[in-house]
Amino acid sequence: MATKASPYLPADIAHLNPDEITQGYWDSCSRRELAIQRCTACGHFQHPPKQICGSCRAFDLALAPTSGRGKVFTFIVVHHPVHPALGPHLPYNVALVELEDAPGVRIVTNVVDTPPEEIQIGMPVEVAWEEPHPGTVLPRFRRREVNE
Amino acid sequence: MSIKDRTCIAGVGLTDYYKRGQSGDKSALLLCCEAIIAACEDAGIDVEEIDGFSSYADSNSAALVAPALNIPEVRYSNSVWGGGGGGACAAVANASAAITAGFANVVVVYHAIKQSPTSRFGQAFARTGGGYGAGGTPGADFIAPFGLMSPPQMFALIVQRHMYEYGTQPEHLGSVGVTFREHARRNPKALMREPLTLDDYFASRIIAAPLRLFDCCQENDGAGALIVVSAERARDLEPRPVYIMAGAQGGHGRWGEAITDQQMPDEIYTTAGHAEVARNLFQMAGVGPEDIDVAELYDHFSGMVLLQLEDYGFCERGESGPFVAEGNIRWPDGRLPVNTHGGNLSEVYLHGTTHMVEAVRQLRGTSTAQVKDAEIALVTAGPSPIPTSSLILRR
Repeated sequence: MATKASPYLPADIAHLNPDEITQGYWDSCSRRELAIQRCTACGHFQHPPKQICGSCRAFDLALAPTSGRGKVFTFIVVHHPVHPALGPHLPYNVALVELEDAPGVRIVTNVVDTPPEEIQIGMPVEVAWEEPHPGTVLPRFRRREVNE
Repeated sequence: MSIKDRTCIAGVGLTDYYKRGQSGDKSALLLCCEAIIAACEDAGIDVEEIDGFSSYADSNSAALVAPALNIPEVRYSNSVWGGGGGGACAAVANASAAITAGFANVVVVYHAIKQSPTSRFGQAFARTGGGYGAGGTPGADFIAPFGLMSPPQMFALIVQRHMYEYGTQPEHLGSVGVTFREHARRNPKALMREPLTLDDYFASRIIAAPLRLFDCCQENDGAGALIVVSAERARDLEPRPVYIMAGAQGGHGRWGEAITDQQMPDEIYTTAGHAEVARNLFQMAGVGPEDIDVAELYDHFSGMVLLQLEDYGFCERGESGPFVAEGNIRWPDGRLPVNTHGGNLSEVYLHGTTHMVEAVRQLRGTSTAQVKDAEIALVTAGPSPIPTSSLILRR
């Protein structure tokens, strides 16, 4: 099975620019914990983090840890590099992953261990952390075996 | 009170079309002025009569355009939010509303694109770290490090899910571009006029699967303008009046930044985000999809044409692929000829101005792919973050 080199995409596109709203999310990522913002009042999950609940309009929001397990909602396979640095990494996939325990939320990510022709909508995946720069940790995903 | 039938598009103007970056030393402001002057000539109205300015996603505000054109007095100026073409039809609706409300008498709707070598629409978030030309942003952090950087990629995610849910096939996508190319071949101004077959389509390179090169619009420089006046005034002018029957803008409240964040609810994910606008538009016009003779649908990406056909009720949800492949959007014999000028895919990409101009041509009877006795036309703008917008025009 073709497994891509790490990092999956050039490290240079992963210089983050967090602000006071997003810092907590990236901090939890650096602890290798996928935490999704949840409204303390009504339990609504939302992503990326915001300052107001998009359901009940409460301002009290907290990051809720998740298992990091989910399913592919949709995906693309990129063949055209919109930035020259991406050239050596082609083709790469971008997937939207629905998380098992944060309903209604999708994460933009990559499925790093699966060749494009094997990726399918509905495929079970789990978070696979990648550290392109020391201290910068990205939630990419890998295929998950499901034992029924 | 609504704007229904109260105003007309009395004149249209376009600059030459340029490939991206080939408009030389012409500034975007000059391109705007060229188009506006041409639209006034077409209407038979003095440029100095313009007293209203309505645009979208354009940095050339009335503060720049009015003095450039020696306009004596500005009574209305307005721009629609958004960074792309979603507000094109909304800008015409705003012009119509301004005239109906008595704010102004002659409102010009205009838009120019002049892309610099360092900032392309097609690259969007492609700079290191992401961001629309301003370096990295906290919002871009959630997409750019994962290689999601450009509009074709973002829309391809939606198209892929539509293929999964409804069985839409690659040849359905291909037939959109092939059809519009046939239309463009009749249009002397179209930039892409070489024959295009389905085989050519499948031989073209993949941009972001499932989208290939010929699923994606061109990138161009140029400008367009439309003159909006009261229906009474339009009837005294030389060109055949084209009545604005209805305009609508907006969309589902959760469509929002959908294209970048991709968080829209499941039940609207595989749409073009136009369903609410379509409902409001048809309601104001008092007509339905069966009354539309010709449609100029915003076609930045082939798959989003399919989804618009569903949002506007021309076919059932999920059936747009076969609808197109069966020839229903082909001029002259299709049930609903679409993009008779060739669209963004083959004519030119000017953020929707050309779709509005082509609808006017159809209703004047002067299109290069004229739908016989066309009386009612639909024009759409976007899929994009809200607002998307659309118009129903009649002769």
